[in-house]
Amino acid sequence: MADFETPELKDYIEVPLPQIGVMEGSGPFKAKPDHQEALGFPGELIDDWENVAINKLADLTNRYRGLRVFLDACVKCGACTDKCHYYLGTADAKNMPVARQDLLRSVYRYYHTPAGKFLKKFGMEKLIGARKLTEDIINEWYNYFHQCSQCRRCSVFCPYGIDTAEISMAAREVLDSIGVGQKYCNEIIGKVYKIGNNLGLPEPALADTLEGLEEEIEEDIGVAVKMPLDQKGKDILLVTPSADFFAEPHVDGLIGYAKVFHQAGLSWTLSSHASEAGNFGMFIGSYENMQRVSMRVREAAIELGVKRIVFGECGHAWRVAYSFLNTLVGPFDFLDPNYPVPQHILEVTHDLIQRGKLNIDASQNDHMTLTFHDSCNVARATRMGPKPGGQMVIPREVIKAVCNNYYDMPEDTIGEATYCCGGGGGILTDDLIEIRVKGAMPRMQALKTVVEENGVTHMAAICAICKSQFSKVIPYYGFTMDQIISVHQLVGDALVFESEISESSNESEETENEKE
Amino acid sequence: MPIEVNGVSHETDEEGYLVNLADWTRELGEALATEDDCELTDAHWEVINFLREYYEEYQIAPAVRVLTKAIGKRLGKDKGNSKYLYELFPYGPAKQACKYAGLPKPTGCV
Repeated sequence: MADFETPELKDYIEVPLPQIGVMEGSGPFKAKPDHQEALGFPGELIDDWENVAINKLADLTNRYRGLRVFLDACVKCGACTDKCHYYLGTADAKNMPVARQDLLRSVYRYYHTPAGKFLKKFGMEKLIGARKLTEDIINEWYNYFHQCSQCRRCSVFCPYGIDTAEISMAAREVLDSIGVGQKYCNEIIGKVYKIGNNLGLPEPALADTLEGLEEEIEEDIGVAVKMPLDQKGKDILLVTPSADFFAEPHVDGLIGYAKVFHQAGLSWTLSSHASEAGNFGMFIGSYENMQRVSMRVREAAIELGVKRIVFGECGHAWRVAYSFLNTLVGPFDFLDPNYPVPQHILEVTHDLIQRGKLNIDASQNDHMTLTFHDSCNVARATRMGPKPGGQMVIPREVIKAVCNNYYDMPEDTIGEATYCCGGGGGILTDDLIEIRVKGAMPRMQALKTVVEENGVTHMAAICAICKSQFSKVIPYYGFTMDQIISVHQLVGDALVFESEISESSNESEETENEKE
Repeated sequence: MPIEVNGVSHETDEEGYLVNLADWTRELGEALATEDDCELTDAHWEVINFLREYYEEYQIAPAVRVLTKAIGKRLGKDKGNSKYLYELFPYGPAKQACKYAGLPKPTGCV
């Protein structure tokens, strides 16, 4: 089905010799004029692209001091070269993080540094690796900045902490500003504005889908677990990726959240206005679009009168939520100050487990042996709970509380050093399947290790992109798609309900106790 | 790359999905499948017809559990699961079946 070779999984990851141009190409499908214009970008490549791009780059390096430092500071030490999953999977020299950065850095040097401005007068800009912007460079940017999932693994190993994700986001923003956008990301952001979520799932379809899921749960466990939509006066607004409504294994995670809320007696609702946690505005480096996408969450919280906002299993959504939400669309002084704003669903579940509020039978998951994939954005750009590293600890503690068989993948492939799934950052599209499959190689290698050494049968994830990406690419490596699982499916399956106790939904714990 | 049926040309997007949903006919659905070397049987049509009915009402393809439930009701419980649907549409029931049904490809993190 594919006209490329899937990398072979060996006993350990071999660093390939760099090759020139093996992943050259025209990049992913380009956004149509209407996709572009809905986001405030020109519909197609503008005539004055050179000046506009150069000015945009100046604007971004002035707005974001970090970006300027990242472009200035690299000393070419090489520590990052073998840290990118796309380089390891493709061997393309331009997929080494330093080389990817240099695609933009070279143009920045030419126009925006004293050395570049001076040397170009004598045609000697090559001395400092500076390049005049050309249409070929625009095409090269478009191709190679869509072979970066903005996972930030390279930045962990860079002695200066240079963050290639920031550079890749800036490059995409420059491209959008001259009318060269990616169809996948920009069409999706347009759907969020028009319909409320990445899928384009309108409110009636969402309501119908949730109703069907409620019936399914009741058939399964004999308890009327509800999935409220747009209900005012509830305590919690749950904002979750729309893939949770639509796809497998995501939907089993959604069922898990609902079971947790139900058993803990927490009152909650979903919103059709904010029926998407994801925020692709971050992937395209557009502050304005990221803010506009986030604004729906604030509006929904006010409209529904909730006291808390909880995010479902979505990696980059949690980065935007945890790291940026307050500055993007805050202050959230109308929420209950006793709870973090916002909270991750795993923080909620972890807290309930610790306080003994959930009735768990971990043996329900005894037919599986689990490992856990740290999502890049969660591991390297956020936190959960009050302690440093909580974003690594809390998911594992939750899994271990609901599963008896758990093993970690090798240490240099998890936690802060986690390998990306290969589909993050706006890469999760069929037209980029080759880079997705090849970029998944390091994670697949690590999975193979625990499958062979520890008998691991399933890999749990907490990100809609990771789940979809793995389900799609894992068969290329000889695994099966049902080996990918949502963490909250494990939780939901382990919860024991005394069926028929509750006839109506969302009764408080106290009421249930009184009944007993 | 347009697709031609009975001498009439219909516009498709980069991935072969119909651009104008109103163009769709059963014959066009078959032609779209033939391009992927897929021969549509009654079992495929059961799914495609449901997708079209659902789209008509909700302007979106059904979520996987909506689809499996509906197929289970129509064809028996043993077929109301995604394994059965993947046997019919190995590239993914939502994406592949939508294409032959003349519906847009689902977008997002799916």
